[in-house]
Amino acid sequence: MSVQELEKIFQAKIDDEIKIEPKDWMPEKYRYSLIRQVSQHAHSEIVGMLPEGNWITRAPSLKRKAILLAKVQDEAGHGLYLYSATETLGVTREQTINDLHSGKAKYSSIFNYPTLTWADIGAIGWLVDGAAILNQVMLTRTSYGPYARAMVRICKEESFHQRQGFEILLVLSMGSKEQREMCQDAIDRWWWPSLMMFGPHDSESTHSDQSMKWKIKRKSNDELRQSFVDMIAEQVKVLGMKLPDSKLKWNEKSGHHDFGEIDWEEFWSVVKGNGPCNRQRMEARRRAWEEGQWVREAAAAYSKKRSARQQAA
Amino acid sequence: MNNFSRKFFYGDIPEDKAGGASEKNLKVSAATAIESSDWPLWEIFIRSKQGLDHKHVGSLHAADAQMAIENARDVYTRRMEGISIWVVESKHIRASNPDDAENFYQPAEDKVYRHPTFYDLPDAVKHM
Repeated sequence: MSVQELEKIFQAKIDDEIKIEPKDWMPEKYRYSLIRQVSQHAHSEIVGMLPEGNWITRAPSLKRKAILLAKVQDEAGHGLYLYSATETLGVTREQTINDLHSGKAKYSSIFNYPTLTWADIGAIGWLVDGAAILNQVMLTRTSYGPYARAMVRICKEESFHQRQGFEILLVLSMGSKEQREMCQDAIDRWWWPSLMMFGPHDSESTHSDQSMKWKIKRKSNDELRQSFVDMIAEQVKVLGMKLPDSKLKWNEKSGHHDFGEIDWEEFWSVVKGNGPCNRQRMEARRRAWEEGQWVREAAAAYSKKRSARQQAA
Repeated sequence: MNNFSRKFFYGDIPEDKAGGASEKNLKVSAATAIESSDWPLWEIFIRSKQGLDHKHVGSLHAADAQMAIENARDVYTRRMEGISIWVVESKHIRASNPDDAENFYQPAEDKVYRHPTFYDLPDAVKHM
């Protein structure tokens, strides 16, 4: 069969909502788009542990420590589900990790911002995980089977993340003057970077068109961003806080909130590696990999020894 | 005679895409296998409660079976999703070939009489 015929059958399956599984024929470009997107998603989960890990030892109570620890452990698990899904596309785990460490692969820019106060952990759960959930709920219906299944698993676990974040802020919002200020300050700093998580405008996004046709993505960046703004603009009222956007306003006609323009210069600068924490994050990942070398070797040596002992017995 | 089964080196991944040891690049793989620090890949099956089947949930890397089970506990059962875990090294999985699916499953297609709804019975017949 010619490639054109195979492509036609492939697209017909996609149009019929039949999932693509690893062994099925797929266009090379579909494979590469997915490797890029799923590995980037996996790296984001893993790098995403760093800003929060920073607060595990400093969380204000034993309860908060235990919750944060569980959340960060979840992120590690989410990274693993996604690395496994990437692997079904025919790249090795080692290569995927190397691509992160060499800087060839990207991760979500949001994790290049620092966590300065305890309220930031609340803001991350509420805003950053909230934004991620919108994207991930869409991806439970993505056309590639292993990616969709990983997303179902992740979404089940993710809603606890968002709720615990909101609850942290809710408690602060009912606290002392300093605590309320801390809450507002965290919202002020995380709001715009959270909006940037949805990526460039549809008119600017290089990967969007083909990804929509292949149903890798099922909603555009701007659509998702709009639903996020509509959702958060209501929730922030419960906290009695404000979002840092003077143009944010309910628009009766469109049935959505209008909002101000993102600082795209900042967006691209962080993507290109010049955010507040880019270098720090990459260093932390590389160091973790290098310092874990002996663990990987020891496990391999131990398993060899164990199997030799079993054979002798 | 059609060959209805195909070996997939990395679980779900066709051999020619798997990298590492395949028939095609066995020579290359001997060299890279030593350099590669990846632990083997394991497919994980979990029984969610007594009385149900083990179900495939995903895969992970581990140095051996015992460590694969321990890793699977941490990755796939953080919220009491399981009471029993099976691990199988991915390279041992053999799978039917999707390219042959049409022929392979064709024999069942024209045998509708294997389903109970094929038989029209009077309404008077109860409990059948």
